[in-house]
Amino acid sequence: MNSSQEPIPQLFKSALSGERRSLGKLLTIIERGGETADTVAGLAHQKAGSAHVVGVTGAPGSGKSTLTGRLIDLFSKTGYKTAVLAVDPSSPLTGGAILGDRIRMDDLAGEDCFIRSMATRGHSGGLALAVPAAIQIFDAVGYNPVIIETVGVGQVEVDVAGTADTTVVVVTPGMGDAVQANKAGLLEVADIFVVNKADRPGANDARRDLELMLDLGHVSGLEEKTGYRPPIIMANSLEGTGSEETLKAIKGHAEHLKKSGSIKIRQKQRILMEIQNRIEILIGSNAKEVLETDLGIANIEAVLNRVISPAEAAKLIVNSILND
Amino acid sequence: MRNRQYRVILAKLGLDGHDRGIKVVARILRDAGMEVIYLGLRQTTGSIVAAAEEEDADAIGLSMHNAGHLTLGPKMTDALQEAGLDIPLVIGGIVPDEDVEELINSGVAAVLGPGASAEEVVSTVSAAISARDQA
Repeated sequence: MNSSQEPIPQLFKSALSGERRSLGKLLTIIERGGETADTVAGLAHQKAGSAHVVGVTGAPGSGKSTLTGRLIDLFSKTGYKTAVLAVDPSSPLTGGAILGDRIRMDDLAGEDCFIRSMATRGHSGGLALAVPAAIQIFDAVGYNPVIIETVGVGQVEVDVAGTADTTVVVVTPGMGDAVQANKAGLLEVADIFVVNKADRPGANDARRDLELMLDLGHVSGLEEKTGYRPPIIMANSLEGTGSEETLKAIKGHAEHLKKSGSIKIRQKQRILMEIQNRIEILIGSNAKEVLETDLGIANIEAVLNRVISPAEAAKLIVNSILND
Repeated sequence: MRNRQYRVILAKLGLDGHDRGIKVVARILRDAGMEVIYLGLRQTTGSIVAAAEEEDADAIGLSMHNAGHLTLGPKMTDALQEAGLDIPLVIGGIVPDEDVEELINSGVAAVLGPGASAEEVVSTVSAAISARDQA
């Protein structure tokens, strides 16, 4: 395999010096997962810690990529080097994917940004590890901010977006009424709302429903707890209106995080989630093997004979592994 | 069998708005289990090289319907070579038979004509990638 022939430390060094090809290869290694990926993530972790992570999420077709393209442009005009990780779904049937986010981030030639498309590759566990590792490596080689773009469906995607420093949720007119806006989920993790395609009918209704939802946070006391009310920005990303306001809102939220000290909490949450995911995957990947050991076989037998329940068997096995 | 997930960039280079074919090819490759990074219309050799670096692409597919293949094909292979990228370039679209040899001589890995079947598209791209892997 061509792209893994170069030794990792060498690739990492040349990525640090700004060699884009090496960074591209490191991201491929991270995507493939396994020991080599962990080595890369480990190297990156030592150097990372200064980038502001922005999650951009919303329904398919809501204009996330177009907005992201606008943000890259604005960030680069104010001297920031943006990296984008654009996550798109893989086909559950064939494993193939069409990654079409770059097409909306056109006209960025010559600007100092790095865009990488990533497919979900069917297993949420892999994505849960690959995304944080990719963030670390962008951060390590000096990109700031790092924008993660995901479709806001599925737990992992919400988790990924929800653990960013600043989460931008893009909605469009006609997404439903106030009851929809109050359901738990994606809207809850938003630090900034963008009502995109605001030239379309129903945009003001969407805005009103979001305002109402946020007002209820005031009633329930949630707003006091955080001391922050997410702004709602009306945008038309195709034309570019609302992009500057979104940029300002991101910077404003970053400022709020710093002042209130929440930035540390967010970073800790992100690390916590990554370690938790890794533990789950480590234990999960051993589950099948354990069942083939004497311990596993004995417990399966006990469940078959109705001596213990499957839940008890699982607990017994996990406990004896942890006590090892 | 492939030993890894293939990532293929598809793009239209230069002034050429005929993107029906390339969208069909994108779908064919996706259904064959490949990851297709679709760049769309009016790309430049520079934007394709940048995408190939950032995406760590295994192959690049260009669709040509404007009779510019003898100019743009070699320009693309030159740009890849200049960037030090050893990535196979496959050209598809309307290319007269007598032009194929010249394109291959300029470093294009393969040319797919209008009659190519889905199987041919997949096997040509796969073969171009594994040939590069073994080189």
